Amino acid sequence: MNEKVLTRYFDIPHLYNIDVYLEKGGYEAVRKALKLKPEEIIEEVKKANLRGRGGAGFPAGLKWSFVPKVDKPKYLCVNADEGEPGTFKDRFIMSHNPHLLIEGIIITCYAVDIHLAFIYIRGEYEKIARRLESAIEEAKRKGFLGSDILGSGFNLEVVVHRGAGAYICGEETALLESLEGKRGHPRLKPPFPASVGLFQMPTVINNVETIANVPLIILNGADWFLNLGKPKDGGTRLFSVSGMVERPGVFELPVGTPLRKIIYEYAGGIKNGRKLKGVIPGGMSAPILLPEEIDVPMDCESVFNKGSMLGSAAIIVIDESVPIIEVLRKVTKFYSHESCGQCTPCRIGTSWINKIVERIASGKGGKGDIEEIERLALQIKGRTLCPLGDAAAMPILAIVNKYRHELEAMLPQ
Amino acid sequence: MSAQLFEIIKKEIEAIIPRYPKKEAALLPALHVVQRKLGFIPPEGERLVAQLLEIKPVRVREVVTFYTMFTRKPLGKYLLQVCSNLSCSLAGGELILEYLKTKLGIKVGETTPDGRFTLLTVECLGACDQAPCLMVNDDLYGQLNKDKIDDLINKLD
Ligand SMILES: Cc1cc2nc3c(=O)[nH]c(=O)nc-3n(C[C@H](O)[C@H](O)[C@H](O)COP(=O)(O)O)c2cc1C
Ligand code: SF4
Ligand code: FES
Repeated sequence: MNEKVLTRYFDIPHLYNIDVYLEKGGYEAVRKALKLKPEEIIEEVKKANLRGRGGAGFPAGLKWSFVPKVDKPKYLCVNADEGEPGTFKDRFIMSHNPHLLIEGIIITCYAVDIHLAFIYIRGEYEKIARRLESAIEEAKRKGFLGSDILGSGFNLEVVVHRGAGAYICGEETALLESLEGKRGHPRLKPPFPASVGLFQMPTVINNVETIANVPLIILNGADWFLNLGKPKDGGTRLFSVSGMVERPGVFELPVGTPLRKIIYEYAGGIKNGRKLKGVIPGGMSAPILLPEEIDVPMDCESVFNKGSMLGSAAIIVIDESVPIIEVLRKVTKFYSHESCGQCTPCRIGTSWINKIVERIASGKGGKGDIEEIERLALQIKGRTLCPLGDAAAMPILAIVNKYRHELEAMLPQ
Repeated sequence: MSAQLFEIIKKEIEAIIPRYPKKEAALLPALHVVQRKLGFIPPEGERLVAQLLEIKPVRVREVVTFYTMFTRKPLGKYLLQVCSNLSCSLAGGELILEYLKTKLGIKVGETTPDGRFTLLTVECLGACDQAPCLMVNDDLYGQLNKDKIDDLINKLD
C-alpha cells in the first residue's frame, strides 16, 4: 500500500480540533520553520519541486522567489475557490484538517515576509468556512497566530473571505478583483500578482493543497518530498475520482501514479463492470483521454505530453453507456455560463457552441454543425484575456476530435 | 427593514471592515451579512452597504448582479440547489431535478406558493464523490434518490 502523508491523520475523529491536532505533532513544522531563515525555507520548497495543485502546476518555491523584497505590505491569498468541475480535494483537506492549512499559511507567510493572509473560499462552502474560522481562533489562542508568534517577533493575521458563486473567481487575477470588492473580471498579465497583486501590492496566490504540503516539506526535507513523487514534480497528489467508478472519492497517491491504476485499483474499476469510454484527467478544463491513453503517469509533464493536463487532478470517468453528446452538453453549458463576458470570443463563442450542441442533442442538428463547433472553438483558443477561453476550447476540440464518428452519426447524412 | 434589524446588520458589517486593508474589500462579506439577515438584498440593503464602505451604490449593484449567490428578490425558506454538472448528471442528477420539479410543482427558478421552497440548479458543488447531490440552504446532501428526497422534504417543516 502507498503511504499517505498529507492525509495521514484524516481518519482520526475531530482532527480539526487543535488539541487533537497537537497530539499528532501539529504545529511542529511551524516551530521548526520559525527557527530557520526565510530564504532557507524558500530554497527548501524550491528544491522539493512542489508544483501548484490548483491547475497550472507552477513551482511554488519559484513563485515565492519572484516576490520583491520591498518594504510595503504583501499578501497571501489561498485559493480555496475549488470550482473546477470534478474537484473536491480542497474540501477534503479543509474539513478534515484546517490546522494543516493554517500551518502551511504561517510558514509561507514567514518565508515571504507577509503579515496578512486571506483564504478565498467559495461561498457554497459556508460550513467549511466556519470550521476554518474556529480553527483560526484556536490557533490564535495558542499563540500560533497574531502578534509575536511563539516569541519569534513574527506577526500574522488570517482572514477567511467568502466568494459568492462565480467559477471565474478561481482564476488568480479575478480572485484578486473579487477580494478587492469588485466583479470577478480577470486582469491582463503581466504584471504578475507576485509584483502587482492585491491592492497593487506584491501577492502570493496558491491553492489549498499546495500550501498544505509546505509543513511536510519543512518537517521531512526536500529530498524526502522529491522521493515520494517525480524528480521534477515532488510529493503526492490528492486525486478526486468521480463519475462511473465503483468507489468514488479522494485518493492520496504519489505524483506519477498511472491513471489506469487509479481508476481500476483504487477507485474499484468501472461501475457495474461496464466498459470505459473516456476519462477527463484533470478537471473539466482538461481534454478527455480515450481508454487506450490511460497508461499515462499522473504528473504534470506526462499528462501534458498526452495532449491533456493534470490540472486539479480531478478524474471524471465516463463509461460506454454515456452518449458523448451529454458530456459535450455539460462542458459547453458550463463555460457559456461561467464566461465573465469581458472578451468577445469567449462570451459569444462559448454560448454559440452550446446552442449548436443543444441543437444536435435534440436531434435537430444540421450538416456542418461539427465543423462550425471546431471553427468557433479555434477562434476562442489563444485569443482571450484569461486562460478560461483555452480551458473551454481545448476540451471541446478534444471531444469533437476523438468522438467525431459518434457525433456525426447524430446528424442528417 | 426594521430599525432594530438595520442596527444589527450595521454592527456586523462594521466589525468586518477592520479586517481588510481597504474598506471596499469588505463588500462581499457585507453583502453576505445582508442576505443572511434579510434573505435577499433589497435596495435599502445595497444603500446601507454603500454608505458603510464609502462607495457608490452603483458599485454595489454591479457586484450584486455579477455573483450568482446574491439575490435581489426574496427566496423560499428553503433554497434547494441541485447540482447540474457532469459527475452528478452521470449519477442521475437530472432525474433528481425532474422528481423535485414534479413533487414541488414548480420549475427551476420558481418558489412554491406557500413560500417554503425555491428550486435552482448550480454548477459543481465540489462533492462529486457523493453524486448526485444538492444543497438545502447551507447543508449538502448526497447520494440522492427518490426516497431520500421524500425523507428530506418531509423533515423540513
Ligand atoms: C478559469 C480558472 C479557474 C480556476 N479555478 C481555480 C480554483 O478554483 N482553485 C485553484 O486553486 N486554482 C484555480 N485556478 C488556477 C489559479 O489561477 C492559479 O493558477 C492557482 O490558484 C495558483 O495556485 P497554485 O500554483 O498553488 O496551483 C483557476 C484558473 C482558471 C483559469
Ligand atoms: S477569457 Fe472569458 S472568462 Fe477570461 S476574461 Fe475573457 S471573457 Fe472573461
Ligand atoms: S458534479 Fe455535482 S458536485 Fe461535482
